[in-house]
Amino acid sequence: MKKKILIYTLLIIASLTFLYPFYWMIVASLAPESEIGNLTFLPSSFSWNSYTQMFSKIPIGKAFMNSIITATLTTAGVITFCSMVGYALAKMEFKGRQAIFYIIIFTMTLPFQITLIPNYITMVKLGLVDTYAALIIPFMLNAFAILMFRQAFMTIPQALIDAARIDGCSEMRIIFQVLFPNIIPTIVTVGILSFMNSWNEVLWPLIVIRDESMMTMPQMVTLFSVGGRSESQLGVKLAAAVVLALPIMIAYGFFQKYFIQSMASSGIKE
Amino acid sequence: MKKKWLPYILVSPYILHFIVFVAFPVLFSLVLTFHEWNIISPMKFNGFGNYIKMFNDRMFWKSLINTFKFLIIHIPLQIIFSLALAEFLNQNIKFKGFFRAAFFLPVIVSGVVVTILWQQLFGFDSGLFNRILVSIGLSKVGWLLDPSIAMGSIALMATWKNVGLYVILFLVGLQTVPPHYYEAASIEGATHWQKFRNITLPMINPTIFMVVILSTIGGFSLFIEPYIMTGGGPLSSTLSSVLYIYKQAFQYFHMGYSVTLGFFFAILILGVVVIQKKYIEQGED
Repeated sequence: MKKKILIYTLLIIASLTFLYPFYWMIVASLAPESEIGNLTFLPSSFSWNSYTQMFSKIPIGKAFMNSIITATLTTAGVITFCSMVGYALAKMEFKGRQAIFYIIIFTMTLPFQITLIPNYITMVKLGLVDTYAALIIPFMLNAFAILMFRQAFMTIPQALIDAARIDGCSEMRIIFQVLFPNIIPTIVTVGILSFMNSWNEVLWPLIVIRDESMMTMPQMVTLFSVGGRSESQLGVKLAAAVVLALPIMIAYGFFQKYFIQSMASSGIKE
Repeated sequence: MKKKWLPYILVSPYILHFIVFVAFPVLFSLVLTFHEWNIISPMKFNGFGNYIKMFNDRMFWKSLINTFKFLIIHIPLQIIFSLALAEFLNQNIKFKGFFRAAFFLPVIVSGVVVTILWQQLFGFDSGLFNRILVSIGLSKVGWLLDPSIAMGSIALMATWKNVGLYVILFLVGLQTVPPHYYEAASIEGATHWQKFRNITLPMINPTIFMVVILSTIGGFSLFIEPYIMTGGGPLSSTLSSVLYIYKQAFQYFHMGYSVTLGFFFAILILGVVVIQKKYIEQGED
């Protein structure tokens, strides 16, 4: 019994350690600027001041839209293209299939540090700097998503595909109309991971986006934080951090199990 | 006839993507390591110049040492905290789902947010940590100001951010231990610690190694945390290798040199991970 109480106490302390900073961030962003420095639990009054300041100081609305567009299109691209590749690898016989499979495994182990700068050069040479294409295209295909789809399609009985073929379905319709309803958990897993990774990505936008009107949320918040513009404006910085964190936190509230499963499976895969 | 081409059409986006974003950049970077280039004027061949410069570049070696320092602090902390929390959660606990979700929250949130938050916690004058230290009668610590401490502070923050993920991996690992092992040990009169030491630890060895590899790869990509918090300072004590490579490319526009560093660093990462994997395979025999 004593042991149980000890464990509960430790677990509660631990969860407070993880939750309190986020609580503090939200409360502090709503506190008067002068109180943020010494705030522990609750300010004397709440105000939207930091948020109104933020909207007048940084083009956060545009950045938010850029992030939504980037993350949505990246996710759509990953689901479309990686499922096609995964299907071919799982259900079709063709020369070079093994080779492609090994290439995919190989790219998983390749450190991104080697391709980072050359990929930037490619973007410059293709004239894609400061475009959505630069933010989206490099992330539209990835080894993990392809392997997830491959695995999902492998569990589907061949009879289902043969039946659809006899009915005259094209291969594309087989993938997207006949098979997709059968692999929804995989689609959700891949979708959540792609959206989250794209939403949180910061190094790549810092490299390929210079124009303020094309910046994504994490990039905008980062540059505001390090640019010295935020020196005396902790409230604005925290408000921007809240706007950056909230969409993913809300999605996490709804799809918590899927988030945890997705991340864990991507960890185990590597 | 149509059928024959179909699989190739389906995999063609991947092949194209692989050529443009993997194969070409790898080969191109190999070429670039022998050139000087600021991306605007034409490339200039300079033989092994970049490599010679790299071996004499004190700052680059410092960034490597910094990165390893980060790993040496971060990995043990990561394993101890996530294994301990997983072990607690594995004890037939109520509200398990809530605890798990709480631990996992920092994992899904942007590293930018986490860094901004911890910057406040680490604040010298009014940061929470120093306020606690002062209130219990200790003196303030320069979490991000003291060159001998700053990297440790960042490693602590990174541990906090990722613990939730590794708790889940350890929970999966812990559930593979057959319960009758513990029952048998209980009958023999083993203490809780003895059970953990002699049954749990050996059984979850594969998970521990997986966590080591994952956090090694993660640690080698350390960038945004020092970028926001310290800019690599104080006295370059938190300058990570990726941050240095970034600075060479985008502050000084030494593309050829930056690519050389990236090339060397990537090979180093592969080397470390391969050694770790070899070690695991040996351990499993």
